[in-house]
Amino acid sequence: MAEPMKIRATMEGDAANIKVLMNHVMETGQRKDAKTGQVVPAHFIQTVIAQMNGKPVLEAQWSQAVSKNPFLGFKVKGAKAGDKVNVSWVDNHGDKNSADAVVA
Amino acid sequence: MNSKRRTFLKTAGGASSIAIAAAAGLIKPTEVLAVEWNKAAFEAKGVPDALKAVGAAGAADSKDILIKAPDIAENGAVVPIEVTSKIAGTSAIMLMVEKNPSPLTANFDLAHGAEGYVSTRIKMGQTSNVRAVVKAGGRSYTAIKEVKVTIGGCGG
Repeated sequence: MAEPMKIRATMEGDAANIKVLMNHVMETGQRKDAKTGQVVPAHFIQTVIAQMNGKPVLEAQWSQAVSKNPFLGFKVKGAKAGDKVNVSWVDNHGDKNSADAVVA
Repeated sequence: MNSKRRTFLKTAGGASSIAIAAAAGLIKPTEVLAVEWNKAAFEAKGVPDALKAVGAAGAADSKDILIKAPDIAENGAVVPIEVTSKIAGTSAIMLMVEKNPSPLTANFDLAHGAEGYVSTRIKMGQTSNVRAVVKAGGRSYTAIKEVKVTIGGCGG
């Protein structure tokens, strides 16, 4: 199963700044294994959904060109301390993971 | 035929179907929201095709889109990119790397107070323009920034 994600949400002025680190290989499907010479199959996060207090604030679609162990940063206006943030992803194998945070 | 299939599902279901539903996130209503992955757009081979596939063909150049990225990236596997859109009503931000095999790298749809800002890290195969596309109020805007890559990020 997927490894845990790191998520942090802090207030900056009138907006919450949310930073997420996900653990994922983000394999492009173009790289060859150095030992076997076989192409390593693509394995990457395709969709990410971020919600604040249950409302979707950001929906992302990614290609394999997002870096390994992806970082995502975004800002939500009108948020306040104590608001709940949830970020979840699904990859092209159907694996998924999610993490929660409270705006501080 | 269909009714037989139903019966089969019922009998084979039982306890295991609850576990499957939980694993698939069906029990948590918040996780049912699924984003459709735009396959055609992500597999488009050139910027014009990619723009067309995301419905942003003919995007106008805009100085209100700021792309913060290094001028020279030492490692193409991890290139930090920040896009800020000052265009009112920004509803989506897209990132394209013009010389990557498939330019479209990411599409961020924003709603419910999310600001016109995203930050992430991407892979670049070689020196290329990074293009940001912003959708706002039914129109598309775009801006580019060149990033020189000294070591490619697509393995090999």
